Amino acid sequence: MVELKALNPIERKLPLSIGGALLEALDLGALTSLSPLADPAALSEALEAAHGVELPKPGQSTGGDDVRCLWFGRAEFLLLGPVPSDALAQNGFVVDLSDAWCAVSLSGAASENVLARLIPLDLRSRAFPVGATARTQLQHMNVSITRVGVDRFMILAFRSMAATLVHDLKNAMEGVAARD
Amino acid sequence: MRVAGKGLIDRTKPVRFTFDGKSYGGFQGDTVASALLANEVRLMARSFKYHRPRGVLTAGSEEPNALMTAGVGAQAEPNVRATTQEIYEGLKMRSQNAFPSLAFDLMAINDLAAPFLGAGFYYKTFMWPRRFWEALYEPVIRRAAGLGGLSGKSNPDPYEKAFAFCDLLVIGGGPTGLMAALTAARSGADVIIADEDTRLGGRLLAEVETVGHKAGHAWAAEVAAELDGMDNVRIMTRTTVTGAYDGGMYAALERVNHHRPRRDSITPLECFWRIHAKQTVLAAGAQERPIAFQNNDRPGIMTAGAVRAYLNRWGVAPGKHVTVFANNDDAHRTARDMAAAGVHVAAVIDSRHDTDVGNTPYRVFKGAQVCGSGGRKELESIQIRTTTGMEAIQTDCLAVSGGWNPAVHLTCHMNGRPTWRADIQAFVPSEGAVPGMIPAGACNGVFSTSGCLASGVEAATKALAALDRKVALVELPDADDVPYKMTPLWAVAGKGRAWLDFQNDVSVKDIKQAAQENFRSVEHMKRYTTQGMATDQGKSSNVASLAILADATGRGIPETGTTTFRPPYTPVSIAAMGAGAQGKGFAPQRFTTSHEQSVQMGAPMIEAGLWYRPSYFPRDSEKHWRQSCDREVGYVRGTVGVCDVSTLGKIDIQGQDAAALLDFVYTNMFSTLKVGRVRYGLMLREDGFVMDDGTCARLGDTHFVMTTTTAAAGAVMRHLEFVTQCLHPEWQVSFTSVTEQWAQFAVAGPKSRDLLNGLLKDRIGDERWPFMACGPVSVAGVAGRLFRISFSGEHAYEIAVPSRYGASLFAELVKRAEAMEGGAYGMEALNVLRIEKGHITHSEIHGRTTAFDIGMARMVSAKKDCVGKTMAARPGLVEEDRERLVGLRPVGDVKALNAGAHLFAHKADAVRQNDQGYVTSVAFSPSLQSMIGLGFLKGGLAREGEIIRAVDHLRGYDTELEVCSPVFVDPEGERVRG
Repeated sequence: MVELKALNPIERKLPLSIGGALLEALDLGALTSLSPLADPAALSEALEAAHGVELPKPGQSTGGDDVRCLWFGRAEFLLLGPVPSDALAQNGFVVDLSDAWCAVSLSGAASENVLARLIPLDLRSRAFPVGATARTQLQHMNVSITRVGVDRFMILAFRSMAATLVHDLKNAMEGVAARD
Repeated sequence: MRVAGKGLIDRTKPVRFTFDGKSYGGFQGDTVASALLANEVRLMARSFKYHRPRGVLTAGSEEPNALMTAGVGAQAEPNVRATTQEIYEGLKMRSQNAFPSLAFDLMAINDLAAPFLGAGFYYKTFMWPRRFWEALYEPVIRRAAGLGGLSGKSNPDPYEKAFAFCDLLVIGGGPTGLMAALTAARSGADVIIADEDTRLGGRLLAEVETVGHKAGHAWAAEVAAELDGMDNVRIMTRTTVTGAYDGGMYAALERVNHHRPRRDSITPLECFWRIHAKQTVLAAGAQERPIAFQNNDRPGIMTAGAVRAYLNRWGVAPGKHVTVFANNDDAHRTARDMAAAGVHVAAVIDSRHDTDVGNTPYRVFKGAQVCGSGGRKELESIQIRTTTGMEAIQTDCLAVSGGWNPAVHLTCHMNGRPTWRADIQAFVPSEGAVPGMIPAGACNGVFSTSGCLASGVEAATKALAALDRKVALVELPDADDVPYKMTPLWAVAGKGRAWLDFQNDVSVKDIKQAAQENFRSVEHMKRYTTQGMATDQGKSSNVASLAILADATGRGIPETGTTTFRPPYTPVSIAAMGAGAQGKGFAPQRFTTSHEQSVQMGAPMIEAGLWYRPSYFPRDSEKHWRQSCDREVGYVRGTVGVCDVSTLGKIDIQGQDAAALLDFVYTNMFSTLKVGRVRYGLMLREDGFVMDDGTCARLGDTHFVMTTTTAAAGAVMRHLEFVTQCLHPEWQVSFTSVTEQWAQFAVAGPKSRDLLNGLLKDRIGDERWPFMACGPVSVAGVAGRLFRISFSGEHAYEIAVPSRYGASLFAELVKRAEAMEGGAYGMEALNVLRIEKGHITHSEIHGRTTAFDIGMARMVSAKKDCVGKTMAARPGLVEEDRERLVGLRPVGDVKALNAGAHLFAHKADAVRQNDQGYVTSVAFSPSLQSMIGLGFLKGGLAREGEIIRAVDHLRGYDTELEVCSPVFVDPEGERVRG
């Protein structure tokens, strides 16, 4: 009997610890795109009942490391962690994106400085506190970035661009570290 | 010559460097200019046009003369200003624009020919014959005139770009900037203070004066230390703010590693910053202007402020017998400081009659002017015209000051024009020239230290008010408050050439000639004479030039106006602006899950958009790609081939109005599609031309998966967003890209089903899985999707699994195909297969063709509306003689057929007027053993059977073709159902 082997596109390249920043691969479990059917409140309630998190406001995220929900663009949210309950489909459109995105965690005192080389947004904690999320660009790539800790960011990029994601982040980490 | 006890250099740290191969010593803290002057080297460069000997004029980034090449080999950097390049151990500097050497430059012959080479010379002389300009004149002129050259090698230095944000950006770290930053920082605002120098202090580092009862530089160091200790302050030294843009955006260039010997492939050489500031205080200071007189460009003649800077900042006396020529009080400080430091001051020449300088230990000529200089490659003497007559004075350093120009540049970057202030005979920033930017201190015409300190606090207070912040109390330190007194003097009357723009060799005479030849507008004068067009953008010559133009045209200076100041303030390397985009950083690389195996199999990868796809999979015995390609085509036509098609766009569409959306965006009907079936669809742009094509599968009543071509995935997504957000916001429909979620492989060929049946949990047959069926399957225990669709015209499937299993499934499929005497096929074979079937790609739907043109007019459903339908019906788009899709096959002696060749009637001349179409795709068909092609021909298939002519003007082929059906293989379409 044939068995198909699952492969993560970045785990072989990571972790990388350079200067004051640490880049690690993240295994987030299931990634699910949620779009409200008509009434976002109904989906939010269903989500809370099933997985204990509400739908976040634009630019925000809810939940924590086990279950997290990100605002993911216009009328779209991304549920990270649990396999979605069937109840969600009653109130929204549910699409499995578990394999569409690769995820890394960038942490450490230098992480803000590293990201300032790649992302044109104000990511200082005053403007982008824990829980804040954005769809933005990292060098030339579309990414989703969320501040998940005081010195910790979660970055999602297209799976096919995993190599470039690591390449660009590594470059920036080295450049920042070289200045110290 | 070093002066004991002076300067802020570290004399405990000697540094050696070379200039033109000769080794020199300096100290940590020296610039190349200060160290060379300390070694009594005054000749540092040759001028741009006449190759005149030049020395350093200034002590800052405005330097027009002392440009050199730093470093050697691929890392050599031309046009580095000796005044800003810090020395480090092992630094190699080289002079430029001189042959064979700086001291003996053959091109100095240009100077003798000067009477013929004045302004407008090129325009007048090299007009005829016209074609000689590009071929002969320009290259010769460019070689003779010029700055340093690039190495021509790839630059190995790493560069960086970065973004920063702050409440207040303070541009300039002199007394004004320091007070502004201190006030804002103590008030709790996030502050960035940027200065192009290596340390904060600005002019205080170059003057002998006290601030807050201590030396100015010591006070600056104290404030800098306080700022450095605050969390809300970022000090950016060696950082020049080079441009002001919309919405509070500023560009800045940080020189990160130019001052250290350590060069590796990681430490950025420069960083290009984009700084967003809610408010900005511009404290850019002022630049001293020279006075034009005959031969005022001899090495040893420099600005008075620069002479003071070399003495006070670097402990260097630029000469042994110093003279000063000025029209203002400020320059007298140069004589005072020099005398106090024990340097002989030969004379001070003040153009004003009424100046009062008290008792001085040196001679002061009032109402006198310097009217010429003597010496060979450096200054030896000056001629002065006094109230009583002419006199010559021996001197090796003349400090000149014609007053100060506020550095208004950044305030003009958004097209603001500066305002003339007669009392200081200079331009100052106009109110509100850049929103959110508050000019303060010397750049706003405040020229005393005390005034600058107060101006900094005032500007910060204004900025803090705009930020809704309370202002913390900051005590103003005591400082000099000497009024700035001057009487204008731009140029000394007399014969000979008096230089204004040192970098572009523009003299007073050139400006007057421009006026005489009616180039009276300042912008015309600039272009005619090239004044201000060099890399220094005329920082030391702009105001004097337009004053002379004003005089020559009988207008006032404010009426004459200024030319336009544009970013960057100082040169920015392209490498810094494009940082991160070298090599792999140029564009993201998108890899399919089968990438690694494809590379292992030796496949050359080709780029398809950002994706990398295998071109073909060579075998050891194969010497030519065509052999591999033909073999792979044979797999699909004969047994089974496997190809990664994951790069095609996949869009998951759900909702009760999903079918309505598809009916609206596709030309054909999708609401009638049964669940578990796939349909080919064609999509038009709003203008009626074809946008994209692909298949769409109905997975459930309200659930579809659309595929797009690889190239148009983004465009189709955008189109759907437009339709659902703008045209039909009332529809309940949701879609998201699942391109990356699924790894999808074509399994094509007569044995495709056999192959799949070995892997699928439930065997498939024609009954449940006819052509164009789709549905969920279990592939080796993994939930996947199967589509019976075909791009090759064979019995074929596409099988999709979640991407994590992609690599594994591809390996299994290839292994099994090989066991059935098939195997993997690449893009080349894929292309041949589709051309043999007349299937279109973006070679055919290239944006200028309609459904009518590609023979799919019947696919535009008459029963419903769709995007582009009305526009596609415009009369010009449905005429019979439009260029329409045909198949093409060579029938004459020449068998070559190239995409891009143009089509003509048989025997017609191959000229533009006879053009009847073009070839879009060609392939060698192993099935037909012939070249075949697709193309667009006037009249299209109505001309089937006609012999026509194809001419490839680029490659020189002339081929006779027969017009035929674009479907070359299996025209009845039986195999797909096989």
